[in-house]
Amino acid sequence: MKSTLTKYLKTTTNTAPLAVFRIGFGLLMLFSIIRFWSKGWIETIYILPDFHFKYYGFEWVQTLGDYTYLLFFICGLSSFFIAIGFKYRMAIITFFLSFTYIELMDKTTYLNHYYFISILSFLLIFLPAEKQFSLDAYRSRKQYKNIPKWTIDSIKFLLFIVYFYAGLAKLNSDWLLKAMPLKIWLPSKYDLPLIGESLMQQNWFHYAMSWSGMLYDLLIPFFLLYRKTRVVAFMFVVFFHVFTRVLFPIGMFPFVMIVSALIFFDAGFHNKIIDNIKKVFRSFSAEAIEVKEVFQFKREKLILLIVGLFFILQLAIPFRYLLYPGELFWTEEGYRFSWRVMLMEKMGSTNFKIVNGETKAFFYVNNSDFLTPLQEKQMSFQPDFVLEYAHFLGNHFKKQGHKSVEVYAKSYVALNGRLSKPFINEAVNLYAEKESFKHKNWVLPFNDDIKGF
Amino acid sequence: MIKKILSIAIITLIILGCSKSDDGGGNDSNGNNDDTYNRAALLTNMADQIIIPAYQDLNTKLLDLVSAKNDFLTTANQTNLEQLRTAWFNAYKTWQYVELFNIGKAEEILYGFRMNVYPTTVSDIEANIASGNYDLNSVNNNDAVGFPALDYLLFGIESDDANILNLYSSPNYKNYLSDVVDQMQSLTNIVLQDWINSYRDTFISSTENTASSALNKFVNDFIFYFEKGLRANKIGIPAGVFSTTPLPEKVEAFYSKNKSKELTSISLQAVKDLFNGKSYNSNTTGESFESYLQFLGRDDLAQVINSRLDDAQQKIQLLSDNLSNQVTTDNSKMTQTYDALQLAVVSFKVDMLQAFNVSVDYVDADGD
Repeated sequence: MKSTLTKYLKTTTNTAPLAVFRIGFGLLMLFSIIRFWSKGWIETIYILPDFHFKYYGFEWVQTLGDYTYLLFFICGLSSFFIAIGFKYRMAIITFFLSFTYIELMDKTTYLNHYYFISILSFLLIFLPAEKQFSLDAYRSRKQYKNIPKWTIDSIKFLLFIVYFYAGLAKLNSDWLLKAMPLKIWLPSKYDLPLIGESLMQQNWFHYAMSWSGMLYDLLIPFFLLYRKTRVVAFMFVVFFHVFTRVLFPIGMFPFVMIVSALIFFDAGFHNKIIDNIKKVFRSFSAEAIEVKEVFQFKREKLILLIVGLFFILQLAIPFRYLLYPGELFWTEEGYRFSWRVMLMEKMGSTNFKIVNGETKAFFYVNNSDFLTPLQEKQMSFQPDFVLEYAHFLGNHFKKQGHKSVEVYAKSYVALNGRLSKPFINEAVNLYAEKESFKHKNWVLPFNDDIKGF
Repeated sequence: MIKKILSIAIITLIILGCSKSDDGGGNDSNGNNDDTYNRAALLTNMADQIIIPAYQDLNTKLLDLVSAKNDFLTTANQTNLEQLRTAWFNAYKTWQYVELFNIGKAEEILYGFRMNVYPTTVSDIEANIASGNYDLNSVNNNDAVGFPALDYLLFGIESDDANILNLYSSPNYKNYLSDVVDQMQSLTNIVLQDWINSYRDTFISSTENTASSALNKFVNDFIFYFEKGLRANKIGIPAGVFSTTPLPEKVEAFYSKNKSKELTSISLQAVKDLFNGKSYNSNTTGESFESYLQFLGRDDLAQVINSRLDDAQQKIQLLSDNLSNQVTTDNSKMTQTYDALQLAVVSFKVDMLQAFNVSVDYVDADGD
C-alpha cells in the first residue's frame, strides 16, 4: 500500500495540461473581474452599503471604500500575470489573497463558485503551473517537459469533489420526488424561444431535469476520467453548462467549469493548444529555451502535506451539517462551502422590533434604511444574517441613546413551494444571543421532512 | 479531436453570447395552449375590467367635484359646502381603487404623489394662498395638493363651518381651492386618456419575465403599494409602529375626522378585488393573481391570501371611524390591524413572489 502511494507520487506526466489550465484560469479570472467592474457591482455591493455581513471569525475584514477598486485592480492584474506566467508564484498568492479578501468583505454575495475559485487558487499556489509556456520559463531560459502526476490529478480531484458532492446533495426528497425547486423555476422561463411555452411548462420535464441533473453531477467526473467516454462527457459538460447559463443568471460559472474540465484531456490535446497559441505569438518562441525532462519540488513533503490536509478538509467540510440538529435547508447550519447548488427556492420576510426592556415600548425597523435590497433579501432567510443584523441594529439604537435595547425578529420563510411559516422565535432577544458554531436554538423547527443528503 | 472540441467551445461561446440578447424579447400574447398560463389574458382583465373602469369612475367623480366646487365658489353657503365635501369624499373613496396602479403614465408624471401625499403641509398651503403665486406642479407642492389638501381646505382650515364659509369670500382662497381641484381632474384625465389611447395595448402585451415588463412591474408595484401605501401609510405610521411614539396626526383624511377608517377599508377591498380579478363595475371575475396561483397548483396559497385579507378587513371594522381617535384611545387595535396586514404582506411578498418567480427589479448580481 505504502509503496503504491510512493510510486504514484513519483509518477510524472506531461506539463502541458497544467500550463493550459493556468492560462485558461488566468484569462477567465481577468475577464470575471472586468465584468464585475463594468456592471458597477464594486460600487453597489461593496462601496455603497453602510453595513456588511461578515463571515464568523472574519469580522475584521473591512471594505476599503474607494480603495476597493484598487483591490479589484490588483486582483485583475494578478490574474493577467497568472495567464502569462509572469512571476507566477507571487501572482497566484496575490490572486488568492485579494480574491478571498473580496469574498470575505460581505457574505451577502456568497456563491459556491466564488468559493471554488478561492480554494482552487489556493491549491494552484502549490502547483508547478508555470514550468512550461510561461514568461517565467522564458525569462529563466528553462522549461520542464514533465511534472509530478499528482499535481494535475489534484485539480481533477477537486473538480471531482465539486461535481460529485453537488450530485450527492441532490439526493433529497424535494429534488427527486417533488422536482423542487425546478418546478418553480422552469415554468417562469416562458420567454425562451421554442421551449419556453412548451417543455418548460411540462411536469415530466421538471422531473427529467431534476433526475438528469442529479445523474449528471454524480457521474460526469467518472466519465471525464475514463478515456473512452471523455469526449462525449465533455460535450455533456458543454451542453449542461450552456443550458443552465441560458436558464439561470449564473454569471461566469459555466465558463469556469467548461474550461476547467479541459484538464481531463491528454497532454497531446493541450500541446496542440499551446502550438496554436504559439503560432499566433510567434516571436516568443524565437529564442531557444533549455528543455528539462522532469520538474521536482524542493520541499515536496511539505507541499504534499498541505495539499493532503487541504483535501481531507474538502472531503469533510460538506458533511459538517451532520453535527447540527434540525433540517439543513431550514437552518442552513453547515450549508455553505458544501457544493449545494440550486437546491432551494427560499424567500423570507424578516422584520425587527426594537424594544425598551424596561418600558416595553417598541417600534419596528425599516430594513431599507440600513440594507440594500440584495442584503435584505439574503438576510431574510439565513439565521446567521438575522443575528448579525440584530446586533448591528441593537448597537445602532443604543448609540442613538435608546435605553435597555432589546431586539426581536418577526420572520417568515417559505422553502421550495411550501407555505411560509414562522422562522425565528419571536420571544428571543437576539441582541443577547451570541454568534458561534453551536446550533441556534432560536430558529423555530421546520416541522416537515426533507429526506436525503 | 482538437478541432471537434474547439468547435464545440466556439459554438458554446456563440450560444452564450446570444442568449443574453434574448432576455428582452419573446412576446407570448398568443401562447394560448393548455400547458401555459395566458398572462396576456390576466393583464387584459386587469386593464379592461379593473384599471380603466376605476380611472373612468374617478374621472367622473372628479368632474362632479369640479362642478360642486364651481357651485360653491359661486355661492359659498352651507348647502354647497356640504355638497362639495360629499363630492370630495366620493372621489376620495374611488381614489382608493386607483392608488395602487403606479404604472405607465401615472408613474411617469408622479401621479400618486400629486394626488395623495399625507399628511399635507399646512404651512405650504397657507403660504401658497397668501402669496397667490404658486406652481402646483412643483415637487415642493406635492404635500400641498390633492385629496389631503382638500381635506384641510374643506374641513380643517377654520374651527367651524361659519368661519370656513367666511374664508371663501377671499379670492386667494377661492383660487387655490379651484386650482387644486382642477389639477386633480386634469391629471386624472391625462392618465385615463393615456390608458385608453395607448398604454393599454403596451400593458397587455408586455408579459415577459424581465425586470422591466409590465407584468412584473405590475406585480411588484401591487405588493409595494400594499406594504407601503396601505399597511404603513394608512395604519402603521399613525399607530407608531415605526416610531417611538404614535403619530395620530398622520392618518389619511385627518381633518375630516371620521373618514379615515372607511378609506382604509375600501383600499383593502380594492386590493382583494384586484387579487381575485373582480371587475370594477360588476361581480364577475376574470384572470387574476388568484387564478394564476391556481394554475401553478397553489390553491393553498390563494386561500391563505384571501383569508388573511379577510382577517385584516375584520380588524379594520373593529376600529373607530376616526383612526386618529383610535390611536389615542386604544392603539392596540391599530397595531393588531397592522399585524394582520403584515401577515398578508408576507403572503404576497414571500409566497406569491416565490410562486410566480418573477424577476425582481432591484436585485442585480449573479446567482449559482
